[in-house]
Amino acid sequence: MVAFTLNGEARTLDVDPEMPLLWAIRDGIGLTGTKFGCGLAQCGACTVHVNGMPTRSCQTAVGDIEGASITTIEGVSGKIGETIQAVWAEFDVPQCGYCQSGQIMSAVALLTETPKPTDDDIDSAMSGNLCRCATYHRIRAAIHETANRLET
Amino acid sequence: MLQFLPKHNAVGPTRRQFLLGTAVTTAGFAVGYRLMMAAPANAQTTPAAVQANPFQTYVEITPENRIVIHSSQFEMGQGSYFGIATLVMEELDGAWAQVHVVGGYGNTALYGNLAWGGAAQGTGGSTSMSSSWERYRKAGAAARAMLVAAAAQRWDVPAGEITVASGVVSHASGMQARFGDLAKAAAGMPVPDDVPLKPRDKWAQIGSDSLKRYDSAGKTNGAQTYTIDLKIDGLNTAVMIHPPKFGAEIESFDASKAKALDGIVDVVQTPRGIAVVGRDMWTALKGRDLVEVTWNEEKAERRGTAEIMAEYTKAADDPGAATARDDGNTPAALASAEKVIQGHYEFPYLVHASIEPLNAAARINEDGTIDVWGGHQMPDLYQAAAAQVGGTTPDKVRLHVMKTGGSFGRRAVSDADLIIEAVSTARALGPGKPVKVQWTRENDMRGGRYRPAYVHAVEAGLDKEGNVVALHDHIVGQSIAGGSPFAAMIENGIDPTSVEGATNLPYAIPNLKVELTTTDVNIPVLWWRSVGSTHTAYAMETLIDELAAAANRDPVDFRLSMLGHHPRHAGVLKLAAEKAGWDKPLPEGRFRGVALHESLSTYVAEVVEITFNDGNDFKVDRVVCAVDCGTAINPDQIRAQMEGGIGFGLGAILQEELTLTGGVVDQENYDTYMPLRIEQMPRVEVHIVPSDEPPTGVGEPGVPPIGPAVANALRAATGKTIRKLPIIKNLSA
Repeated sequence: MVAFTLNGEARTLDVDPEMPLLWAIRDGIGLTGTKFGCGLAQCGACTVHVNGMPTRSCQTAVGDIEGASITTIEGVSGKIGETIQAVWAEFDVPQCGYCQSGQIMSAVALLTETPKPTDDDIDSAMSGNLCRCATYHRIRAAIHETANRLET
Repeated sequence: MLQFLPKHNAVGPTRRQFLLGTAVTTAGFAVGYRLMMAAPANAQTTPAAVQANPFQTYVEITPENRIVIHSSQFEMGQGSYFGIATLVMEELDGAWAQVHVVGGYGNTALYGNLAWGGAAQGTGGSTSMSSSWERYRKAGAAARAMLVAAAAQRWDVPAGEITVASGVVSHASGMQARFGDLAKAAAGMPVPDDVPLKPRDKWAQIGSDSLKRYDSAGKTNGAQTYTIDLKIDGLNTAVMIHPPKFGAEIESFDASKAKALDGIVDVVQTPRGIAVVGRDMWTALKGRDLVEVTWNEEKAERRGTAEIMAEYTKAADDPGAATARDDGNTPAALASAEKVIQGHYEFPYLVHASIEPLNAAARINEDGTIDVWGGHQMPDLYQAAAAQVGGTTPDKVRLHVMKTGGSFGRRAVSDADLIIEAVSTARALGPGKPVKVQWTRENDMRGGRYRPAYVHAVEAGLDKEGNVVALHDHIVGQSIAGGSPFAAMIENGIDPTSVEGATNLPYAIPNLKVELTTTDVNIPVLWWRSVGSTHTAYAMETLIDELAAAANRDPVDFRLSMLGHHPRHAGVLKLAAEKAGWDKPLPEGRFRGVALHESLSTYVAEVVEITFNDGNDFKVDRVVCAVDCGTAINPDQIRAQMEGGIGFGLGAILQEELTLTGGVVDQENYDTYMPLRIEQMPRVEVHIVPSDEPPTGVGEPGVPPIGPAVANALRAATGKTIRKLPIIKNLSA
């Protein structure tokens, strides 16, 4: 039995402690915004926050998150997260949309840590998130725009 | 139970038998494809087969006041649902908040792709807008007229006094009704024969630069659901074990250890491999590790790509097996040319590698019907495949058209791979037991259906004045259509998907010969975003650039001098060059390259700027793209597709390559097969040529020019044309 906080709510899960957090969230709890892309921490589609840190849930065992606070795309809130979501839609960033949960989780973490990121900051923070539709150009623009809006 | 399966459950060529029997579908696709190749831009003038009641076919209006548009075209991220909704909304005058789009299927007369002559329903060849241009505007206009007629009757006023705006029908007397209030009555009105469409100068939706996609919110908060996210009562998850080599067959397998694992529901053999069914993904994956399989590799492809490419290179120097274009006398013109450039190009296998690994779900019902959920890019074909494997008729198959996390061609697969796996697994489990087959990334990477590998042997000659007098291209590689339901599109030994982009070279070259040798390799191949143009554009546009250099001519002027009869090609080239500041000098260490290509009736020119240091250390900084796709329906989506196509194509030519050793695929995941990442994405500017021509597609045509434009910039930097892809690996070799 593992106890943790998910999107602000206390949860317990009685699953194989080796089960990746990704499948615990998706199949165990039924929140499907966090996506499976590679199972090898190569694509970033499964990115969630563990105690505020962007983390690949496909390579995080449930047994290791005892007592942790997990945030998924469904739990994104606050000024940074909500501004990012609004700008993302306004800039028509998503195409297929499949990787975007992970992109947004990484972007929230970036802007929390670095309120005014440079292109290089964006590249290094977002490099782990693949987008096969290659919406990168707009992701970069949307992060800059979010930073500008949050500044004012 | 599965007595209809082939004896050895072969996973090689015999699986084609499943679909080769569907003669109607086969003929339909072939006829359609030829029509598309012949006259794509005029395809929408093909008359619709039926005068359908729009409310029962394309534009359903619910009592809750929702506008539910039934789309003939599949949504995989490229924005086809948004484009079709734009066409409907232009004529219907609804409110965007009402709009919901779902995938239609099961009626070729209604949903057949008009760019393919309406012969089959399917999404491909960037035809969604050309197919829908008249169909969905007419549907919207007819629905509007019927709503007005219903209101006129209800209010007893002349129809001409009624106005419609933002989903509200009004009369000057103050009477108003929502669409939903009138929907039932409107559906009973006579369907107008010929509703006038709004003239271009009255358009408010089509061409609007400020109109944004209606479906973005769910893609930013996790609410958008894909096949992987399905929630159905009793749904189990299956993971697949596929043959380690293409064409290998199951000799025997032992699933006893897997079945003993808590949570494993069953382990079943399908025509394409073994499905391990578990209560959830993790359990199924653990069970999969416990299944022991003995393979019979007698019929398997055992060659590696090194051997295959060596064979191709040798074949490329021999005369071609078939001739696709033969203008003038190319051998004679080459023999008397002043300067000749020749070489071999090598293009590797490429994977679609959409981030949502392939999947489909199926349920056999007690009443004999079948439900199939998935990325139904070819609904007619998938209905037929599901019926065949499920032991019923296509009309008993209900499709649930899911949006998918990409496709790039991979969801339009003639052997209906995922559909067959899901339906046969569901059938083995029995009625009322739904199952989702979910591939892993490794399944996806090693599962076949790649962009074929090709070798081009090219030779081109200049005369004393620096004019191109002859060009010869011999293309060697597998046929995508061969051995599939699309085989009928092959004529005189030419699969058009192997040579497109070379056979329609626009430049005025008096002696031009394109030959094709189709190879026999048992590695499953498929269309991959922009299909033949993925390799022909690279070979042709780097060759033309090299010829320009050999003739001491500016690459843009040189091309323009040969485009007298092709104003749309010339138009995008001039626009891209102008916007890129082609004539302005660049700082030291920076270089430009240009490429021009028409694919699927859309014209695209791209100018790139790179920073080159040395060896293979370079970066693509900026891409200026000009596109002529006729009437621009959603300008911002045209830009988005050009940007995405550039990124998709750039990753491929820089670093994507699928190789095999001894018949086994070497790459399994994104650590070794590497799509573009954000730090490699250049700045992209897209300029759209204003046009009143009918719309053509934008999903694919942004891809072809980026590779040769980058290679041409690198040649400007190094003096060397990279003829073997991917570039990074071969640049300093």
